[in-house]
Amino acid sequence: MNIHYFARYREVLGVPSETMEWDPTLVTLNDLRKKLAARGGVWVVLEERNLMCALNQELCGLDSRLQAEDEVAFFPTVTGG
Amino acid sequence: MGVRIQHVAFEPGAETDAMHAANAGIGAVVCFVGYMRDFNEGLEVSGMYLEHYPGMTERALASIQVDAERRWPLLKVEIVHRVGALEPGEPIVFVGTASAHRQAAFNACAFIMDYLKTRAPLWKKERSAQGEQWVEGRETDQQALERWNNVEDSQ
Repeated sequence: MNIHYFARYREVLGVPSETMEWDPTLVTLNDLRKKLAARGGVWVVLEERNLMCALNQELCGLDSRLQAEDEVAFFPTVTGG
Repeated sequence: MGVRIQHVAFEPGAETDAMHAANAGIGAVVCFVGYMRDFNEGLEVSGMYLEHYPGMTERALASIQVDAERRWPLLKVEIVHRVGALEPGEPIVFVGTASAHRQAAFNACAFIMDYLKTRAPLWKKERSAQGEQWVEGRETDQQALERWNNVEDSQ
């Protein structure tokens, strides 16, 4: 599974993306988010209430279900336009 | 019909002219141009960087365009968005909508901008004397989006 981070999250976390072994105990994006935030330190940024996420380049809710080959992204509220 | 994400500057006048060039059945063109301001939240802004999610940005904007075309009888839609480094006064975004009559073009242009502001993966970082800072999302942008849930398709 590939995980991407953008904008402020990318800077705070110090990585633009990472590849993670498929973990079948992670059912939803929220499970993945909690696992990442549990790394502690800068990773608690993923607990922000306004966090947005995408699954395979489509906006989605945190209750969306994960699959092994998914491309996941976490990012702060968008500010284009 | 098209979506362009680009680092290079664009010319809003040329984009506007191109809106009706292709189809003589177009009676109304509405264009929105968003510019970079030199002031935000009380700070003088000297420059901006626009980050995006390559691939998803194009998909999100194309999807917004399809939604607009389902709601209104549009003859042409064009969305152009800058990414990378920008200077104050430069155009950031262009949204052009064309239809036979004005109301569809007016509504579709506003609809596309409201969706773009809240759903397209783009992020602004401003540079000022205080350093660099990511722009925070606005609650009013979310409210602007919600009004479309209550509007009957109006042409």
